[in-house]
Amino acid sequence: MSIEIALLTIFILSIFVGFEVVSKVSTILHTPLMSGANAIHGVILVGAIIVTGHAENNLELILGLVAIVLATINMVGGFVVTDRMLELFKSKKSTKAGDKK
Amino acid sequence: MIPAWSQLANLGAALAFILALKALSSPKTARLGNRIGAVGAIAAVAIVFFSESNLKHLPLILIAVAFGTIVGFVAAKKVQMTQMPQMVALFNGVGGGAAMAVSSIEFLKAGATDGFVALFATVFTVVIGSISFTGSIVTFLKLQELMTSRPVVLPLGRFITIGTALTTLVMSVYLMVFPEIWALWTLVALSLVMGILFVLPVGGADVPIVISLLNAFTGLSVAASGYVLDNVLLLVAGTLVGASGTLLTQLMAKAMGRPLTSTLFGAFTAKASTATASAVDRPVKSAGPTDIAIMLTYATKVIIVPGYGLAVAQAQQSLRELVDLLISKGVEVEYAIHPVAGRMPGHMNVLLAEADVPYEQLKEMDEINSEFSNASVAVVVGANDVVNPAARTDKSSPIFGMPILNADQAEQVVFMKRSMRPGFAGVENELLFNDKTTLLFGDAKDSLSKVVAAVKSM
Repeated sequence: MSIEIALLTIFILSIFVGFEVVSKVSTILHTPLMSGANAIHGVILVGAIIVTGHAENNLELILGLVAIVLATINMVGGFVVTDRMLELFKSKKSTKAGDKK
Repeated sequence: MIPAWSQLANLGAALAFILALKALSSPKTARLGNRIGAVGAIAAVAIVFFSESNLKHLPLILIAVAFGTIVGFVAAKKVQMTQMPQMVALFNGVGGGAAMAVSSIEFLKAGATDGFVALFATVFTVVIGSISFTGSIVTFLKLQELMTSRPVVLPLGRFITIGTALTTLVMSVYLMVFPEIWALWTLVALSLVMGILFVLPVGGADVPIVISLLNAFTGLSVAASGYVLDNVLLLVAGTLVGASGTLLTQLMAKAMGRPLTSTLFGAFTAKASTATASAVDRPVKSAGPTDIAIMLTYATKVIIVPGYGLAVAQAQQSLRELVDLLISKGVEVEYAIHPVAGRMPGHMNVLLAEADVPYEQLKEMDEINSEFSNASVAVVVGANDVVNPAARTDKSSPIFGMPILNADQAEQVVFMKRSMRPGFAGVENELLFNDKTTLLFGDAKDSLSKVVAAVKSM
């Protein structure tokens, strides 16, 4: 199997997995799910590090460093903000017991 | 060549992402899921420092990572929960920008030597990544209300957009046939403009769907840059986000009762006439906090319809106080959550959770809509479009076809509003003029605490 075909296979299978894993999500979680998925594509940071590490001139280097900063913001910010949202979902159950009069 | 151990480690990271998305779909496992995703991402980044041979500029790279981490972390920690949708939009945009930059650099290095499919992937990343970048920034400006949230229709807008789209397409083909550097930069510029033109005509209420769509776009451009770099992890992660994001966009559009095409292109066909001036002098019934307090205390069943205005006024705490008080007086109270209450699907749940409202009191639209007819009072706080009956009846209304909460079927309706200004979609609401509707004007937090005080004194 050539590398192109292998990549194509992975691509197509990933599409189906992507559809499958979120197909049963409840409306309540749409926002956190979007935010979490958003954080995951921050992994472009890996690509940014690779191209910057092999930069051969200043233009490539500067563009690469910009890409690294942007990608890191995407990744770190994405996961942190999602965690903040989901933290709220959890905390309410524990506070429920106390308000009986 | 990438060593085998790191390829295996990347497989692990890819699995982490799949598990993360899966776990994020269920309330019980969502937080864990997000953390699994974070661990996968951090691992993937750590691995690359060891698996890539002779990386240059290491100190600079580490400084850039550290800088990005601080900015991202502080931004995510500081943002108010009401402003979260635009934060997500911004995080998404910078991701798209990064993908575009990565593929551009790879093009500068390799040029045409990577072959036609790689060139195609490069063009794809550049175009889609740029659109996602500027599109997300415009989305941010709209939600932050730094610019109007209404659809912006430029004079001859349709022709400018179609013209730019065609030129972008021509330039994309040109770049694939003649891979020259000036063509790349022209394409980048065109795509950046395209992103702005793409989002400008979208109306405020539809912006969440666009965020989700741009999120899927960024995913796909990351996937394409994975192809360019022969990096399987980027390919898998990007595709996962692209596919799940597309599905999520469809689910959201469905929840809003809007076909995707009318969200994106509606403003092109709609006349830019928002005739709101006519209704100013129509009589409405308004009342003071004490009247409302009496009405609520003697009700058997109250349904609260919270909207974005509630969150803007930071009144969730006061609302919960009122609800607790009513429950202690034996009134049955529930919250009716419209799928797009707030600014994004599920946003209202997050905002109410922040005020410790018990999960069990929140009812989704399908669950609660049949119960409005048994309710003594429906209290609409800071919401408008989601209870507008015009969505059912008025075919000419921009929100026609959107599923709404049947607040008009309750015995009485109370609106807590700041003014008679129409909602986010800019549409007049007939329910405000209905006989059974009572208005309580004022800041939501102020009104609610007055009502709470009045109920307490009874």
